[in-house]
Amino acid sequence: MSTAPDLAQALQALRPQLLKYARLQLRNPAWAEDAVSDTLLAALEKPQAFAGQSQLKTWLVGILKHKLVDQIRRHCRELASTPEDGIDLDEELFQADGHWRESPQDWGDPEAALRQLEFMRVLEACVEQLPGQQGRLFMMREWLELETEEICKVLAISPTNLWVMLHRARLRLRDCLQLNWFAGAPKPAR
Amino acid sequence: MMLLRRTCKEVTHLVLQAEDQALPWRERLAVRLHLMACQACPRFVAQVRLMRKASQRWRDYSESD
Repeated sequence: MSTAPDLAQALQALRPQLLKYARLQLRNPAWAEDAVSDTLLAALEKPQAFAGQSQLKTWLVGILKHKLVDQIRRHCRELASTPEDGIDLDEELFQADGHWRESPQDWGDPEAALRQLEFMRVLEACVEQLPGQQGRLFMMREWLELETEEICKVLAISPTNLWVMLHRARLRLRDCLQLNWFAGAPKPAR
Repeated sequence: MMLLRRTCKEVTHLVLQAEDQALPWRERLAVRLHLMACQACPRFVAQVRLMRKASQRWRDYSESD
């Protein structure tokens, strides 16, 4: 990473991965492009900031996270919920008396699943499948690691509203992981 | 004790809520008592714990080559 052309090339190579996370977070291809371009520009303008850091990607993702929050602030009024965002899985999961329709499955040893790269891909696919606003809020909480107060402030939503959306997102994610990983999916040897 | 009785549906709500905010003591106690008596909900709790770990692992994964 000693010379500028090297850096430019390395940045180009990482661009698709940055774009993937930007899209997952923003759910808008144009804003995602902006956030990533902004990130790469910042990196090119301050290559000395990278000096000594262990991994280029770690540094870039750190910048990207800030740029994504900038984009969210800029477009906060346009982040509308879709009808799908309003759907609760509760009805499907529970009987009228509040008992499980079908008992949750034992997912076994977490480490066994989490060690596998394939699990990460399934997880990403499941996050991608969340409805727009649920996905954005889930990403803000779990990937950007924002505090709930901050999310509410940035998006001007109530804590109750945020909590309802995160609740729905997590139940959906659980459903998706159950379906695409823990049930049936061939598990690679440990 | 009736005041502390929660359905599975209510307990899943509280367990997920606890991911984002501290629960009041009474709710924590109610969840505890429910989990001691329920076969299904402890599995849900384990699933939520796995998802929390998965998120952490995913953050690391997204930053590393």
